[in-house]
Amino acid sequence: MEAATEALKAKDYRSGIRAVWCPGCGDYGVLNSVQNAFAAHQLPLNSTVCVSGIGCSSRLPYFLKTYGFHTAHGRSLPVAAGVKLARPDLEVVVFGGDGDLFSIGGGHFPHIARKNMDLTLVMMDNHIYGLTKGQSSPTSSPGSIGSITPYGVPDTSNVNPLAYALTYGATFVAQGFSGKPKQMDAILQEALNHEGFSFVNVLSPCLTFNKVDTTDYFKAAFTDLPEDHDKGNLAAALDRAFNPPAGKVYSGIFFQTRKPTMVENLRAINKKQKADKNMDLNIAVDWFKP
Amino acid sequence: MSDLIIRIGGEGGEGIISAGDMIAQAATRSGLNVLTFKTFPAEIRGGYAMYQVRFSKDHIMSEGSGSNIFCAFNKEALDKNRADLRPGTVLIYDYPDGDIEEEVKIDGVTCYPLPMSRIAKKDLEMYRAKNMVALGALSYMFDIALEELKDLLREKFGKKGEQVVATNLKAVDAGITYMKEHHKKTDPFKMGSAGKMAKDVIIISGNEAAGLGAVLGGCRFFSAYPITPATEIANYMSQWLPKLDGTLVQAEDEIASLANVLGASYAGARAMTSTSGPGLSLMQELIGLASMAELPVVIVDVQRGGPSTGLPTKHEQSDLFMACHGGHGDAPRIVVSPENVADIIKLTAEAFNLAEEYQMPVLVLSDGSLGFRTESITRPDPKSFKHVTRARYTGGEGFKRYELTKSGISAMSQPGDDVAGSYIATGLEHNELSNPNFTPENRVKMCDKRFAKLDTLLAKYPDPELQGDGNADVGVISFGSTMGVSREAVKLAREQGLKVKALHPRLIWPMQTKQLKAFAATCKTILVPECNAQGQLAELMRGATGINPVSYRLYDGLPFSPQQLLAKIKEVM
Repeated sequence: MEAATEALKAKDYRSGIRAVWCPGCGDYGVLNSVQNAFAAHQLPLNSTVCVSGIGCSSRLPYFLKTYGFHTAHGRSLPVAAGVKLARPDLEVVVFGGDGDLFSIGGGHFPHIARKNMDLTLVMMDNHIYGLTKGQSSPTSSPGSIGSITPYGVPDTSNVNPLAYALTYGATFVAQGFSGKPKQMDAILQEALNHEGFSFVNVLSPCLTFNKVDTTDYFKAAFTDLPEDHDKGNLAAALDRAFNPPAGKVYSGIFFQTRKPTMVENLRAINKKQKADKNMDLNIAVDWFKP
Repeated sequence: MSDLIIRIGGEGGEGIISAGDMIAQAATRSGLNVLTFKTFPAEIRGGYAMYQVRFSKDHIMSEGSGSNIFCAFNKEALDKNRADLRPGTVLIYDYPDGDIEEEVKIDGVTCYPLPMSRIAKKDLEMYRAKNMVALGALSYMFDIALEELKDLLREKFGKKGEQVVATNLKAVDAGITYMKEHHKKTDPFKMGSAGKMAKDVIIISGNEAAGLGAVLGGCRFFSAYPITPATEIANYMSQWLPKLDGTLVQAEDEIASLANVLGASYAGARAMTSTSGPGLSLMQELIGLASMAELPVVIVDVQRGGPSTGLPTKHEQSDLFMACHGGHGDAPRIVVSPENVADIIKLTAEAFNLAEEYQMPVLVLSDGSLGFRTESITRPDPKSFKHVTRARYTGGEGFKRYELTKSGISAMSQPGDDVAGSYIATGLEHNELSNPNFTPENRVKMCDKRFAKLDTLLAKYPDPELQGDGNADVGVISFGSTMGVSREAVKLAREQGLKVKALHPRLIWPMQTKQLKAFAATCKTILVPECNAQGQLAELMRGATGINPVSYRLYDGLPFSPQQLLAKIKEVM
C-alpha cells in the first residue's frame, strides 16, 4: 500500500500509556496478540480505528497508537459501525467485555451480526464485571456468586456468546483463550482477514474477582476443535458451541462464510441509484415544484 | 378575499389527507400561498382525521384561527367541530344518505348538504371517490384553483391509466354539478386566482424541509429509527442520500442511530439523526458523549405530546428542557428552533455549520405543527448554502486534540491523517492530549474550555429578529412554530393600535441573554406563549436572564391560534 521504509513490529503499535489491568489479567495477553495480529497484517497506524465501550477490557484502545474511540457503556458496536460506514477505507476493530457487549449493549449485537457489518469484534470474556468489582455478568454460570447476588445468581441460563453470534448471522465466529497466545494470534489474524463481521470470543480470566472460572480452570478446560471440524457448516458449529465434551470448552474457528457485507450492500444500492457525489442539488429542490 | 381557511374532517383512510394535499398543491399552482395543518389518529385506519388548508394571496404566518369553511365527511367529524361553527362560517356535510341523520341548521352558519357518500357509492359506484366529490364541490363553491386541480388529477392518475383519470374527473364534476343544481351560493367566501404562480415556488412539508436542509447543508450520513412524527425526515433522506452517494442507515434503536452518527462524525462525515421525544430521551447519554468528546452532530427533534408514549400524532413543545439540559453532567450543546418551513431548511443546514464550527451536538427543535404542515415557499437556491467545516489538524508533531484556546475551539484530526494526529476520542474527562485525567485542575480547565465555545458562539450569532419598535405594553417571546402565531397575533394587535412587539429568537440555547434583556427593557410585560404545561421557555428565561415573564401555556395537543394569543395579549396589558 505505502512504500513503508520499515515493517511495523508488534511493539510499534503500543502507545506510551501504561496498561492498568490487575496483575495476571488475561487482557494483557489479548493486547499482545492484538499487536501481533496488527503487525502480521501491517495495519497502518493512521487508518486503523480501535473502538470500545466501558469496562476493564474497553481501556485497551488507550494502549495502542492507532486512532480510537472509547465510547459509552454498551455502545461500541454502533459507534464502530458509524466509523466504518462513513469511511469504509478504515480498518475498524472493536474491543469490550461480556457485560458491555452482552448485557447493556446486547441489543446492538444481533443487528451488527445480521447486517454483516465489516468489523472485527474481540470480546474479552471473564464471566464477571471487573471494573465495578465483581458482579455476575450474562456469561456467568447460573448459581455463581456475585457482589450483588451474594446468595447466587437467580438466572436460569447464561448467554452462550458463540451460539448467539452464529444464530444472528455472524460470518466469522471463533473462540480463543488468553492463556493460549499462539492460537489466539492465529485466530485474530484470520478474523482481521475476514470480510464481514468477525466475532472472536476470548476467555480472559479475571484473577481478582472471578474465583470460579480461573486461569487454571480454563487451562484444563480448553481443547482445540476436532481436526475434522468443518467451519463452513453452521449446524456443526452450533452443535460444538452448545455441546462441547463434558467439562471442556472448544477453542478455534467455529464458523466462517463469505457473504455480502453492509458496506457492499449499501454500495450496491447507491450504484443502482446512479450515485453521484456531484449531483446537481437543484434536482433535489425542484422535486418539490407544485 | 385574501385569506381563507378550509377544514376537512372525517374517518382516517377516507382520503382526507390526499384530498387536502391535492387542493393545497393546486392552489399553489394558481399562485396562492398555502399552509396546511393536519391531525390524524395514531392508528393507520379509522379514527378521526382532519386536514386544514389556509389559502392567502399574502405570506401566511400560522395555521390561523379556526376555519371559514368546514367540510364534514361524517357525523363524528361534524360533532367534533360543531363548537367551531361560529356565525359567518360555512358547513358542507355528507347529507342525505350518509351517517348524519338529519339536516343541520345552525344560527348564522351557511349549511350546504352534499350527499358525497351517495354520489360516490351509488351514483358513480366508486366508494373511494368520496374525497374527489368533496374536492370538486369545495373548489367550485369557493373558487379555488379548479382548472389546476383537474390538471393535477390528470398528472397524478395519468400513470394509472386513462380510466382512473376519467373516473376521478367524473367524481370531481359530480361534486360541482350537485352544488350547481342544489345550492345558491349565499356565503361571501370566494378565493379567486392570484394571477400567475411565482416562478420560484416549491411546496414542501416541514419534515421534508428538514431533509432538504440537511442535504443542502452538506449532510451525507444519516441514521435514524422510525418514530412519529419524524419518520418523514428519514423517508426523504432515504430517497436522496443514495443518489448523492451518501450513507443511509436504519438503526436498531435511537441509541444506535446517534451512536452511528457519532462514529461517522469522528471519521469526518457531516452526520445527522432525526427523532421525536421518546427517541431523544434515549439519546441523552450519547448527546453527553458528543459534548464531552467534542464531536459535531446534528439532531432534529420533531416534538410530540409527552411524556412516555404520550400523544404520538399531536403537537407539543415540551422537549425544551431536555434539549437544553437533558442528560447527566454539564454538557454544552446548541439548540435552534425554526419558525416555519422555510426556516427549517435554513436552520437545519446552518446546524451543520454550527456543529462543525463548535464541535458539539446541535439540536434543531421542530414540532408537530411544523413537521406535519405543508407550505408553499420561495425555492431555496443550493448555491446560497455555504459550508463551514471543522478546524482541522494539518499534520506534524505536537498535536493536541483538545488544545486549550481562547475560543474553546481546537483543531480536530481524523483517522487517515498522520499518526501524530491519532487520539482516542473519549467520554472520560481528559487532558489536552485526550488522555484520561481526573485531576481537579485539569477538570476545571477542560470543562471551562467546552463551555467557552458557547461564549464564542454568542458573540457571533445574529441578533434575534425584532417585530415592532419603540416602547411596548406587551412584548412576546416564543420559539418554534409558536413564533409564527406570535408574529400574526402581534401584527393584528399593532393593526388595532396596541403597543405590542415581539422577539423571534432562532437560537434558544445558549440563550441570547443580552438581547433578551435589552428587549425586555422596552416592554412593560413580557408574555411567553408555548405549547407545554410547565412553561419551559419561560422557566429557562427566568434562570438565564432574570426576566420574569407571564407564562402562557397550552398543552391540549394543538397549536395556539393567533386570536387566542391576541386575547391573552389584551388580557395581560
